[in-house]
Amino acid sequence: MALCVVTWSCTASPREPLRWGGDAEGGAPFVEADPADPNRVRGFDVDIAGLIANELGRQPEFVQVAWASIEPSVARGDFTIGMSGVEDRPALHARYAVSLPYYEFREVLAVRAADSARVHTLADLRGRRVGTLGATQAWDMLLDAARTHAVVPVSYDDDVHPYSDLVSGRVDAVLLDHVLAERSLRRIGGFVIQPAALARGHYVAVLAARDSVLRDSVNTILLARMRDGSLERVFRSWSVWDSQQAEYQQQVLRDSVVRRTASVTAPPSTTSMATYLPALLRAAAITLLLSVLAMVLAIVVGIGLAAGRVYGSRPLRVLLTAYMEVIRGTPVLLQLFVLYYGLSDIIRLPAFAAAVIGLGLNYAAYESEIYRAALQAIPTLQLEAARTLGLSELQILRLVRGPQALRLALAPMTNDFVALLKDSSLVSVITVVELTKQTAIYATNAGSWAIPGTLCALVYLAMSLPLSRMARRLEQRWTVS
Amino acid sequence: MDGVMSTRMTPVTGADLSATNALCIRALHAVRGDQPILRGVDLDVAGGEVCAIMGVSGAGKTTMLRVVAALQPFASGAVEISGVALQPGAVPPESQLRALRRRVGVVFQSHALFEHLTALENIMLAPVHALGQSRADAAATATRLLESLGVSARANAYPRQLSGGEAQRVAIARALAPDPQLLLMDEPTSALDPARRSALGESVRVLAAQGRGLLIVTHDAEFARSYADRVVVLSHGTVVEQGPASQVLTHPTHDATRELLS
Repeated sequence: MALCVVTWSCTASPREPLRWGGDAEGGAPFVEADPADPNRVRGFDVDIAGLIANELGRQPEFVQVAWASIEPSVARGDFTIGMSGVEDRPALHARYAVSLPYYEFREVLAVRAADSARVHTLADLRGRRVGTLGATQAWDMLLDAARTHAVVPVSYDDDVHPYSDLVSGRVDAVLLDHVLAERSLRRIGGFVIQPAALARGHYVAVLAARDSVLRDSVNTILLARMRDGSLERVFRSWSVWDSQQAEYQQQVLRDSVVRRTASVTAPPSTTSMATYLPALLRAAAITLLLSVLAMVLAIVVGIGLAAGRVYGSRPLRVLLTAYMEVIRGTPVLLQLFVLYYGLSDIIRLPAFAAAVIGLGLNYAAYESEIYRAALQAIPTLQLEAARTLGLSELQILRLVRGPQALRLALAPMTNDFVALLKDSSLVSVITVVELTKQTAIYATNAGSWAIPGTLCALVYLAMSLPLSRMARRLEQRWTVS
Repeated sequence: MDGVMSTRMTPVTGADLSATNALCIRALHAVRGDQPILRGVDLDVAGGEVCAIMGVSGAGKTTMLRVVAALQPFASGAVEISGVALQPGAVPPESQLRALRRRVGVVFQSHALFEHLTALENIMLAPVHALGQSRADAAATATRLLESLGVSARANAYPRQLSGGEAQRVAIARALAPDPQLLLMDEPTSALDPARRSALGESVRVLAAQGRGLLIVTHDAEFARSYADRVVVLSHGTVVEQGPASQVLTHPTHDATRELLS
């Protein structure tokens, strides 16, 4: 093994840094921006990457990447090693060179104190909402529990909001690994971590399949550092060492075998297309329903805004213009966060309702601009002709100006609806599992975006193309008239 | 008032006018910004009379028409349409103009038909929504009007599918649907060939024969000579000459009229 290290080291330039990727947004104790110098990162994955690079005679160089993109990025060659609490799972081994698991975590259930005596397993959570990070082993466990125990899985894009939502009552439990659970308990508190492990899993380093030689070197280094206690010191320094970890390392050293499975207790993999297709179709239905409802809201509010800006008093026009500029000038993602999390002390909206309202109000600002421009494009003479016929201003809007403006607005409205259909993927940040999120989960578990991505694109096209076609037909009909 | 008074007019003043006239204008002043457009216009149109307003561009013809249609404010003077008086100052909201709208119909130069409605629907719009008639009654009236104007075959056509002459007749039918006592027409012959112009002239005579007053802004001296009872010539915002069409257009007494005919 030592020979491997030397051999590999000789093939690479000694000055070439070892680029490794992780997600600093995931935070401590894995990888986080150093408070003393935000340009640097720290955490146990940072330390382990340092140990590996040092052994290889290279300088570690951190590459920031979204957690969900670590695996495809390493395959693309953005960096050589991905490490940031990457969970081991069978599908990973089919496409990547995976290191030996260097840390064993426990999947633990967090509940509110009032439920701690009653809720110990997923079977105790029938019909209740249980949160976790999407595309993780815990998520797969919740999907299984949805089938077996009628648990309602709630997917999050980060590991902070599941616990804050647990405290605020939006979810009834959180299933995540004990490292994340204990970190959140220290940060926000207000809940209880049940001691029993519902499953065990492991963190690994992931490399491109072509780097299997380097992966073997990494394994050799990890084993050596387990043996000399360096890894233990790293984990202790980040307060994630315990007796279970000691037992695990002893077992690894005894076996001296690179484990190739996630865990003997890990839930069965659910990566086949047959398993995911119903979930994808369900997610597509959610995307469609969400988009239609949000568009209806956007149209209704947009018409109100446009009418107010065309017919309203000056103060009203200023107010509505300000609303439109603020909404259009800030990211919809931020608005969704504010609506769902920021205002939760005032109004606790269900996730789907928040998604509809958030997207609807955001798109209303864009719709109002379209309608305002369309209303103002109707020739004054048409309005004067309507006035001379004795129609009231409201009747003129409803019977003459509005219908003609609608014809002008149809094409940009159709564009907006197609854009909304795609923007609806953003609502996964507030726990709504729609088509893109479901696809990402599928792709992560399958270890490839090829089939899930193609399927997802086809479903989006199947939803948007008929709409564009219908709009074109309407336009043609109205052009004739 | 300059020029010659119409032989058909009874020059009375004040409220008495409304008893006999479809339109009565006294000392009308209108401005655009600081620019005076109408400077003391006096004008009467009797029921059954066809009155042509003529004048070079910028004389104030269209402004006068728009003031009478309550589409534009006027600075001072009196305007009364079949007993309904308009006040100087800003144009009042439509809710205060209901009575006026029933008395005055307007046919715009470019017809201004509603593009999203068929000819029949254009005509039915005011009776149904402004006058509260049933759709059946409004449709019957609209069909009758289209027949009387010779365009019933085009009832279901959209404005873009109509020729200029057809569109104009539909616009006339739309203006007539509320059965107004006064019909205003802005340059009605501008897009018509001679045959269509004659047909329009005949229609105008029929409408006058029904007792309506017609105020027609036109550059078309031939049309005015053939179908107007009286011609009023405007110049720089004042009436400079008026009288029977044959007299004014054959023996003009004012330079503005002569310029118009040259």
